[in-house]
Amino acid sequence: MKVNKLELTVGGFVLLGLAALLVLSLKIADSQFSGDGPSYTLYARFDNIGGLKPRSPVKVGGVVVGRVEKIELDSDDFVPVVTLKMFERYGYFPETSSASILTAGLLGEQYIGLNPGFIMEDIESLEAGATIEDTKSALVLEELIGKVLFSLTEK
Amino acid sequence: MIQAISQLGASCLANVAALGRASMMLAQALWFIPTRKLLRDIVRQLYVVGVLSLPIILVSGLFIGMVIAFQGYSILVDFGAETSLGPMVALSLLRELGPVVTALLFAGRAGSALTAEIGLMKTTEQLSSMEMMAVDPLRRVIAPRFWAGVIAMPLLASMFNLVGIWGGFLVGVEWLGVDDGSFWSIMGASIEFGQDIGNGLIKSVVFALAVTWVALFNGYDARPSARGISQATTRSVVYASLLVLGLDFILTALMFGS
Amino acid sequence: MIEVQQLSFHRGEKAIFSDLNLSIPKGKITAIMGPSGIGKTTLLKLIGGQLQPSAGQILFDGQDVHQLSRANLYKLRKRLGMLFQSGALFSDLNVFENVAFPLREHCQLPESVLRNLVLMKLHAVGLRGAAELMPNDLSGGMARRVALARAIALEPEVVLYDEPFVGQDPISMGVLVKLIATLGKSLNLTSVIVSHDVDEVMSIADHVFLIDQHRVLASGSVQQIRDSEDPRVQQFLQGLADGPVAFHYPAEDYLSALGGEQ
Repeated sequence: MKVNKLELTVGGFVLLGLAALLVLSLKIADSQFSGDGPSYTLYARFDNIGGLKPRSPVKVGGVVVGRVEKIELDSDDFVPVVTLKMFERYGYFPETSSASILTAGLLGEQYIGLNPGFIMEDIESLEAGATIEDTKSALVLEELIGKVLFSLTEK
Repeated sequence: MIQAISQLGASCLANVAALGRASMMLAQALWFIPTRKLLRDIVRQLYVVGVLSLPIILVSGLFIGMVIAFQGYSILVDFGAETSLGPMVALSLLRELGPVVTALLFAGRAGSALTAEIGLMKTTEQLSSMEMMAVDPLRRVIAPRFWAGVIAMPLLASMFNLVGIWGGFLVGVEWLGVDDGSFWSIMGASIEFGQDIGNGLIKSVVFALAVTWVALFNGYDARPSARGISQATTRSVVYASLLVLGLDFILTALMFGS
Repeated sequence: MIEVQQLSFHRGEKAIFSDLNLSIPKGKITAIMGPSGIGKTTLLKLIGGQLQPSAGQILFDGQDVHQLSRANLYKLRKRLGMLFQSGALFSDLNVFENVAFPLREHCQLPESVLRNLVLMKLHAVGLRGAAELMPNDLSGGMARRVALARAIALEPEVVLYDEPFVGQDPISMGVLVKLIATLGKSLNLTSVIVSHDVDEVMSIADHVFLIDQHRVLASGSVQQIRDSEDPRVQQFLQGLADGPVAFHYPAEDYLSALGGEQ
């Protein structure tokens, strides 16, 4: 078959472009192209969410196991309710797990650190739609300073 | 005073009329059933606007990626956050510089060439003679060039981004000594397909439509003289560049604003 | 074959034609002559349907060119060949491909048949040997001959020539005159030549229209035109500098223009 040089270069050009796009999606964006897989929803109530935002990660020991889907305010008792999208591939966590809002580094963004509780026979897992009971709020710098000052004056 | 107002009115009317002509041109050029011949012509034009633009796009991408890495490093290192160099390079390229700089270079490299080519075809009556041979120059000349531009630009922008990130890696990791692993992993963690790559792609498709349209219309609407072509070419590059920057602001506001 | 009836055309405020009437007979060579800048090229573009008249109509074989639908207009244009003043060859295609262009566009021909057809057309204008050259390598006269081969590629019934003799050396001019005459005869073409080269045109035309001042000044056979007693016709034919058509473009009085304040 006669190969047209022009068509060949154009074909190469298009392939190169698509390959670049593919590398960007798969390698650079850390294969989030394939999505996070199936997920289930958990809720967590915090007194103060600090700088948490939708899409902030939920981490267990540094591993991202889910993301914040949305943040709402419970209109009955005015407590923020955070909806978490948990990845099913990491399984379900025990009921005794606790969630706290932590900061990555000194100035980094905030994320939810999930501390899995002990797995025992009589303790159930957090099923889809369950609420994490044991939560620690974000540390707010002003409150922290207030506490320190208070404890200093106590002495 | 009155003269100034009427001049303003005249130039407004002229601009609206030009916009109308440009829309008519595009509508007539694209509103027909694609043929095999069109596909073959698109391939030929892809060579002209795509393959031939490749060197300038790749070289610019490499240098821009390297420069961002330098500048970013000198800022980030003050906060001890130089491991965030990866996401900084990648995000600025994917979201902004990739689509925008590619579009600007494309306007200068391919857009001006399209304008001059079509302007010259008009001046030498090639378009007219095509019409007299019962061949519609809008379909035969404008349409394949338009599609080729729209296809080529996102591909070029992707290659620009990739080469730019590589350039950032060269400077950041190989030269300035940022940790290899954290460069890639933090970059990977902070880039998201839809938000960053997807929006960047949408941008470059929109820019492609704008730049190619402006270039083709200015050529098609050029006054048939040497001076007319040179003016049209200049106008094509200036308008296309301004349009890209303006559209970029609007798109960025829409995509990342809220 | 082509009837121009009460045609008016304006470009902006300026009238190019007003109430122009022409009748172009079938199978003959008709010349339309007149001084430069009276819109002869415009007339051809009107006939080809590229421009819209402000009033009047042009009938091509009974069909009103400007009332046709797009599809029918394109069908009509296949019956029409036009030779542009510059040749208007596609500069990125070689001579062979230029002539092949209309055939490739409109006919689904096997490559061997197409090749023979193109070579025949090129042979007719004497340029079969130049098939592989690019338009840039051709002299003006050769480019026009190639354009002529391209114009007759679809075997049209009518060929419009826009200033075919302008800027040609005497030999190419002679070649073109001979080509137009012989092609017209052998293919039984209706030829319309727009020109101001009096001698060349008069040597081959069957019928002549002289246009001036937006309308037909004189018409008839070559002999009738030569015998015309209208001083304006004679001025044009003999190329006199001054006459009824003034040497000076209309202007204010010379003395007062130079005098300034007076």
